[in-house]
Amino acid sequence: MTELIIEPIGRPGFYWRELWHYRELFYVLAWRDLLVRYQQTVIGIAWVWLRPLITMLLFTFVFNKVAKLEAPAGIAYPLLVLSATLPWQFFSGALNDASQSLIGNSQLITKVYFPRMIVPAGSVVTCFVDFLVTLTLLAVLMTWYGFLPDWRLAILPLFVALNAACALGAGLWLAAINVEYRDFRYVMPFILQLSLYASPIGFTSDLIPVGWRILYACNPLVGIIDGFRWSLLRGETVIWWPSVGLSVLITVIFCYLGIRRFRRVEDRFADLI
Amino acid sequence: MDEFIIKAEALSKSYRLGNQPSERYVALRDVIARSATAPWRFLASGRAKPPVIDRNSETFWALKDVSFEVPPGQVVGIIGRNGAGKSTLLKILARITRPSGGRARVRGRIASLLEVGTGFHPELTGRQNIFLNGAILGMSRTEIIRRFDEIVGFAGVETFIDTPVKRYSSGMFVRLAFAVAAHLEPEILLVDEVLAVGDAEFQKKCLAKMHEVSRSGRTILFVSHNLAALRHVCSRGLLIDKGSLIDDGEINTVLDRYLTLGNNVAGAHEGFDSAMFTGHSVRVRSTRGAVIKTFDPVEITVRLTAKTDVADPGLYVGFLAPDGHRLAGLDFKDFLTVEPMAAGATRELGFRIERLPFLAGRYQLELHVKDMAAYRVEQIPDLFPFEIVETPIYGGRKLDTWFGNIGLVAQPLAAENKTPRMAAVAWIK
Repeated sequence: MTELIIEPIGRPGFYWRELWHYRELFYVLAWRDLLVRYQQTVIGIAWVWLRPLITMLLFTFVFNKVAKLEAPAGIAYPLLVLSATLPWQFFSGALNDASQSLIGNSQLITKVYFPRMIVPAGSVVTCFVDFLVTLTLLAVLMTWYGFLPDWRLAILPLFVALNAACALGAGLWLAAINVEYRDFRYVMPFILQLSLYASPIGFTSDLIPVGWRILYACNPLVGIIDGFRWSLLRGETVIWWPSVGLSVLITVIFCYLGIRRFRRVEDRFADLI
Repeated sequence: MDEFIIKAEALSKSYRLGNQPSERYVALRDVIARSATAPWRFLASGRAKPPVIDRNSETFWALKDVSFEVPPGQVVGIIGRNGAGKSTLLKILARITRPSGGRARVRGRIASLLEVGTGFHPELTGRQNIFLNGAILGMSRTEIIRRFDEIVGFAGVETFIDTPVKRYSSGMFVRLAFAVAAHLEPEILLVDEVLAVGDAEFQKKCLAKMHEVSRSGRTILFVSHNLAALRHVCSRGLLIDKGSLIDDGEINTVLDRYLTLGNNVAGAHEGFDSAMFTGHSVRVRSTRGAVIKTFDPVEITVRLTAKTDVADPGLYVGFLAPDGHRLAGLDFKDFLTVEPMAAGATRELGFRIERLPFLAGRYQLELHVKDMAAYRVEQIPDLFPFEIVETPIYGGRKLDTWFGNIGLVAQPLAAENKTPRMAAVAWIK
């Protein structure tokens, strides 16, 4: 019989094996969140469509009709906006949910043992499911405009994975911060707002003057959104590969910092919450 | 080679208390403010490091150097007063919190029942919650499917299994929650006060299930304040007080020791005040041991000083059930005559009852002091509680009293008296 040793400092390799052992809990928590979210709503899962739809309509009105920003030739402006809104929404939703997830599940955390990383990861999964649902909205819109993607669509899953990884890394970091510094949640809406304006949602990023591009690409969403657009919109949009490279780099940094911080604070969660 | 399934080696857990105990977290704005003013404070104080903010922080040891070994298959009761550290110990073994020092070695799968209904979500149906709760407690999906019908049967909620749990009565909720946990198949089960919820029927079921679990060879660690339940199920007791393990042995001896810890059993009470007398102490104790058991010889001592001249002092002692109704009484005049007491004289009056025929439970003593020559009787408003612990009687069997039975064991009553009397002698000092 293998012996488990409970002591003040845990052993690293053991943790990842445990995560695998508890993988079912992962699905169960995500399943629970989805069920609860849509169980009693009248509109049900269609609610998930409304947000991107409304954002798209709003942006189209403000940027296209009022400010007269034009999409690159051949692309309908709403498509341009929607292809950026989707990844942004996934990112900001996942970030928001993940950062609050530990505190929201404080009951579980103080009463049952399981590797705590499952909780914020579960909320990222929930947002991912929402994301998949909104992709259908995009599909509908594309058929309506008669503008269907080409071979580049195959690259889309990579960008989706990048998006998810970025959200996970940042989400873990924020979740840990939120437990220690409880007032951090007041900063969150501000950060998310900022990311909305700093991301190329209502316009394409080639509008940014060349000298500023590197700085602009420090927002990982820039590379991600550009990638989304490039793979969805038949290459009519121009992609600047260095910004994608920067996104990957920043995602890796987020993941490293996030996991490190999370693991360090994890043992004290039950005491702090 | 020792056979153990759990071995705790000097387990300790400490918490640091800041000078504002209500703030369990640090606010980010304070951290920012602190670091922003750091350069100024450096200039002002001339020191490189900012001064420690919580100068008044102390360390609180929830557990200190707790060591014990549990062989497989044993049912251990963990006893102590509130705040002694019992739940902390379970939390460490359940891996919810890490020890600050020492370590524990565990050789088996642990399932912990620290709270009934962990993770239950009110919006989900009973069926969904079973899968949710089961997964949270560590059961795999196939396990849950396999035991689903058993769980629902144990809880008795077949007709409501597909309604949202928020519609359940609290009894149904608790039954379902316990049903899921009861069907875990761990080698070690940690149970914390879950019997505090639920009605008597439910508690009976829980204990029966725990019995079944222990008979199948599993190890159980059980924290409870329900002494009868502890005696019923456990064979060994660990007594924890103020973070330290102070007793470890057979469950009954440990429980007796626990009862003597706080003054919650042997009634040693402060005095009382009345117009005629000042009472200095009222004591109820068994002459046989530290705790009072059924059929123990019990001494009741009342020490009083007369405030005025009392020609014919008298004392009546009544035994009350917790709801206040009188079970039995003893009147001094039936035994001895007390000589007149001048003002300021002190006497100790006592009864020794050969065999106190009360079942286990909490009782109260009612006192009446008298001057019979002056036809004055004063009822002392204070009641003096004492407790009788569960005792094996009737050929070694313990009576099941924790459903609320209390009062006299059947014995012949003195036919001519309305209030039952007991065989007793009285004395004056």
